Amino acid sequence: MLDRARDTGKNDQGARAVPTISRDEVAHLAGLARLAVTESELDTFAGQLDVILDSVARVGEVAAEDIPPTSHAVPVTNVFRSDVVRPGLSQEQALAGAPAAEENRFRVPRILNEEA
Amino acid sequence: MTSTASGGGPSDGRTDTAALTGLTAAELAAKLAAGEVSSVEVTRAYLDRIAAVEPAVHAFLHVDEEGALAAARRADEDRAAGRASSELAGVPLALKDVLTTSDMPTTCGSKMLEGWTPPYDATVTRRLREAGVVLLGKTNMDEFAMGSSTENSAYGPTRNPWDTERIPGGSGGGSSAALAAFEAPLAIGTDTGGSIRQPGAVTGTVGVKPTYGGVSRHGLVAFSSSLDQAGPCGRTVLDAALLHEVIAGHDPLDSTSVDAPVPQVVAAAREGAAGDLRGVRVGVVRELGGEGYQEGVQRSFRAAVDQLTALGAEVVEVSCPHFDYGLGAYYLIAPSECSSNLARFDAMRYGLRVGDDGSRSAEEVMSLTREAGFGPEVKRRIMLGTYALSSGYYDAYYGQAQKVRTLITRDFTAAFEQVDVLVSPTTPTTAFRIGERVENPMEMYLADLCTIPSNLAGNASMSVPSGLSDEDGLPVGLQIMAPPMADDRLYRVGAAYEAARDAAQGGALIDRVPQLEVA
Amino acid sequence: MTAVAEIMDYDELLERFDPVLGLEVHVELSTATKMFCGCATDFGAEPNTQVCPVCLGMPGALPVVNGTAVESAIRIGLALNCRVAEWCRFARKNYFYPDMPKNFQTSQYDEPIVFDGYLDVVLDDGETFRVEIERAHMEEDTGKSMHVGGAAGRIHGAEHTLMDYNRAGVPLIEIVTKPIVGAGERAPEVARAYVTALRDLLRSMRVSDVRMDQGSLRCDANVSLSPKGSAEFGTRTETKNVNSLRSVERAVRYEMRRHAGVLTAGGTIVQETRHFDESTASTSAGRPKETAEDYRYFPEPDLVPIAPSNEWIEQLRETLPELPWERRKRVQQDWQLSDEELRDLVNAGALDLVAATVDAGASPAEARSWWVAYLSQQANTQGVELEALAITPEQVARVIELVSEGKLTHKLARQVVDGVLAGKGDPDEVVATEGIEVVSDDSALQAAVDEALAAQPDVADKIRGGKVQAAGAVVGAVMKATQGQADAKRVRELVLAACGQ
Ligand SMILES: [Mg+2]
Ligand SMILES: [Zn+2]
Repeated sequence: MLDRARDTGKNDQGARAVPTISRDEVAHLAGLARLAVTESELDTFAGQLDVILDSVARVGEVAAEDIPPTSHAVPVTNVFRSDVVRPGLSQEQALAGAPAAEENRFRVPRILNEEA
Repeated sequence: MTSTASGGGPSDGRTDTAALTGLTAAELAAKLAAGEVSSVEVTRAYLDRIAAVEPAVHAFLHVDEEGALAAARRADEDRAAGRASSELAGVPLALKDVLTTSDMPTTCGSKMLEGWTPPYDATVTRRLREAGVVLLGKTNMDEFAMGSSTENSAYGPTRNPWDTERIPGGSGGGSSAALAAFEAPLAIGTDTGGSIRQPGAVTGTVGVKPTYGGVSRHGLVAFSSSLDQAGPCGRTVLDAALLHEVIAGHDPLDSTSVDAPVPQVVAAAREGAAGDLRGVRVGVVRELGGEGYQEGVQRSFRAAVDQLTALGAEVVEVSCPHFDYGLGAYYLIAPSECSSNLARFDAMRYGLRVGDDGSRSAEEVMSLTREAGFGPEVKRRIMLGTYALSSGYYDAYYGQAQKVRTLITRDFTAAFEQVDVLVSPTTPTTAFRIGERVENPMEMYLADLCTIPSNLAGNASMSVPSGLSDEDGLPVGLQIMAPPMADDRLYRVGAAYEAARDAAQGGALIDRVPQLEVA
Repeated sequence: MTAVAEIMDYDELLERFDPVLGLEVHVELSTATKMFCGCATDFGAEPNTQVCPVCLGMPGALPVVNGTAVESAIRIGLALNCRVAEWCRFARKNYFYPDMPKNFQTSQYDEPIVFDGYLDVVLDDGETFRVEIERAHMEEDTGKSMHVGGAAGRIHGAEHTLMDYNRAGVPLIEIVTKPIVGAGERAPEVARAYVTALRDLLRSMRVSDVRMDQGSLRCDANVSLSPKGSAEFGTRTETKNVNSLRSVERAVRYEMRRHAGVLTAGGTIVQETRHFDESTASTSAGRPKETAEDYRYFPEPDLVPIAPSNEWIEQLRETLPELPWERRKRVQQDWQLSDEELRDLVNAGALDLVAATVDAGASPAEARSWWVAYLSQQANTQGVELEALAITPEQVARVIELVSEGKLTHKLARQVVDGVLAGKGDPDEVVATEGIEVVSDDSALQAAVDEALAAQPDVADKIRGGKVQAAGAVVGAVMKATQGQADAKRVRELVLAACGQ
């Protein structure tokens, strides 16, 4: 397991093709994740993500067609709160950590795009 | 002006300060209860010790001297009035900086939250206060709990008291180093893939990841919500058990909190210390060992297994075939959840804001802030998670990882039909050198190879020191795993093993920690 | 290109195209607290006073589901003839936007709580059109943005934006129809009638305020055109900002005509959101959707699945009120209304108000007359929906009672109603503070009668001579002198008596 995971060379994981992450793809991901990455980071991350994905893609080797996915570690359902108002934060507390505030509101830079 | 001071054994002519800081939490609790010492004295001793060794260790991001002494005074007053809040009332503790505190900053080791003081206490924080535990401060960690070495802290690395050129583990390296450097008798960690147990292993301390849902996550700044779990860290199994009972229990503010009685872990630790493991079935996980594991670690592990057999346990080998896929599943699930959890750090409502010069848009300011505020490991994981959740990749990555999670859980279930607890080394190697794995993320990730399956399945797991590796003299951890909500089994087996180990090795392992240079 | 095409005449477009609609309605539930935290949901509170770590998306905060919101979602599903999921989860919809504190919306994705239903919608001529429901799911609302520095608070040209998160986390139910086909020329009417029926239904269930003007009911209208006879759907646009029932109809009609114009001119429809402008009854382009959003949905790990038991569902089914349209049928019989009278009542949005007024003690006829006539006029003048008027059914019933007790004339009653509408208090308070009362003191009236007779001696003579119909002029003078506060019938009696008749 260790040697396999350590293997940073070309992918030798049998039939499974692992996509190579390009610089462009890293740039796209950074855009989705709102990270203004630098040019040199693009290269570094492209290389590192490739190695990591190469390794983690092993999960694909497990034939798991009829295996249900697990999203939660505890098998609990129906956890609800009663519809009763609870004290929250005061306006001062809410705004205390704000980088900027105005008229008791959070002041943010102008927004370019319409709401999704 | 420097001199040396030991944190350790009773024979080295310590000052009063060392006499107090050398005690276990259970011993301190007994002395406090007997009125032999006050919480203020204990707290001062620890604050002195922190002042002395922090330059060499850097376990803390924030030390709250005033707050700690005020809490100590309250604990003393309450005790004098005959109403000590708990067995641990007046005992100091170091809190990982990932749990919110309304009177101290909470930075998660990130520039993003530098100077941010939350407007609320985490449930763990609240329970500690209610128990009269004295909060000394907040401990260093890998940024947002992502890492295995505490090198990813934006505020500089923490050093391992066993060898200050080496890492103290991560992400909770601050908490484990504080224990090993005798800067606190108790600490809180959080464990998403091993961040309590692996630091415990490499610093010769005890760390427990309770059953998922056993301890509330309310106020635990999320890294990977379905894996994160706060837990107790101590220098002994009993200390961890005492702390476990303070912080565990159902919390209506955490929907994933288990609504069931807390396992009787203190009683189990005391029972275990009697040293009888007859009737206990122990399974050695075949997949967690062998090739790729440091020789000294393997020898220490085999000696520990022999010790368990000598205590009367019935030891068998069991196979958990899907554990081999645990690391892959983890490095898909955790980054995916983190990419979403960390989206809230956007410079709009709190925390860092970069580049707001009046001309830039909110979108640009968000991107510039996140670029400047997150370190490389956090960015790497955010991008990995963004990728794994993307349409077109979801099924092959995130979806498949969730299926592996099911298979690993089934492996555990099958194993626990045969045995009461499972054991393995906690980590494949002893503490590596600072800087050694920084450039190679995949190498770094291997540190959590053995601990990850329990996070994926949500069961309880502990690391207890098994001695020093014979090749480098560094601590090795024995991992004990129990079924969900059977946390008490960890403490019974852990305490029995600990007592036998100390007897065989001629004293507590932690007392063999080298002397630190003090300021 | 699309910009230059003319919008097409409605009749012409129908000869060439079949419209396909899809309606997404967001309903804010009227729960006391938010979807995932215990903050209040009061409309119009001071900014950032109904917030907590959870709805501000602070580090470490965790959501906990509002059980009442789940019950409302299931009840809505049952009322819409939906199936209830045996097991479902919340999911995170990931995208960055400053009005969304966590930068993901906790919503439902491929596991909605209710799905596969329908709503039978009664059109203006009484015909029924079945609108099939795809799903309804639970999610949370966003905060409110105030754009500063641009023209009229618009996002474009703004210098910065101020955020109020009071609304962030308010429970929303999103109700999505299946594609509505076959409505033909009546598509705009069907759209309006569907939203109207949905509003009436939700109001009768008391799960939401359903105020389109306040945003507690919001409709996005998807429109596309297929060439006549083709089964293939055209490219759709999604019109937002549709703030009234009338606008729903007008927005759909406009988009149909615009699409037809573009397509006929050889252009292509761009898949985009469009904004409806009430003043021009037209739409304008919003955000293009050429690159499909990648929301990276995944199951919300902080919340456990919901698995409603059959017992729970059946209990909730029992709480469903009489359906509005069934109630209408019953009311029509009880109040003996013609089809036309009933339709007027419904179209005026007055049915519930009249019923409540009747419940408060008024006769159906009187109650109906007030709401459909005078109060509808006032609503029109104010440009608000009838229910938005500042008068309650109980207050209307009290006015009717005062009239029947002879304490108010109809004319005075309108003055009292005006006073209530102007915020001067309850009917009795208005009567007291404005000094409005029927002048029934005969001695005061007698003086006015004597004065009027003295002023018109020739008329008085005629009455004395037996021409009682001449009394009208004297009565009129008395009424004028008493500023309408007298009871005309009594005045007439006094005039006749004074003239020996
Ligand atoms: Mg939605
Ligand atoms: Zn809230």
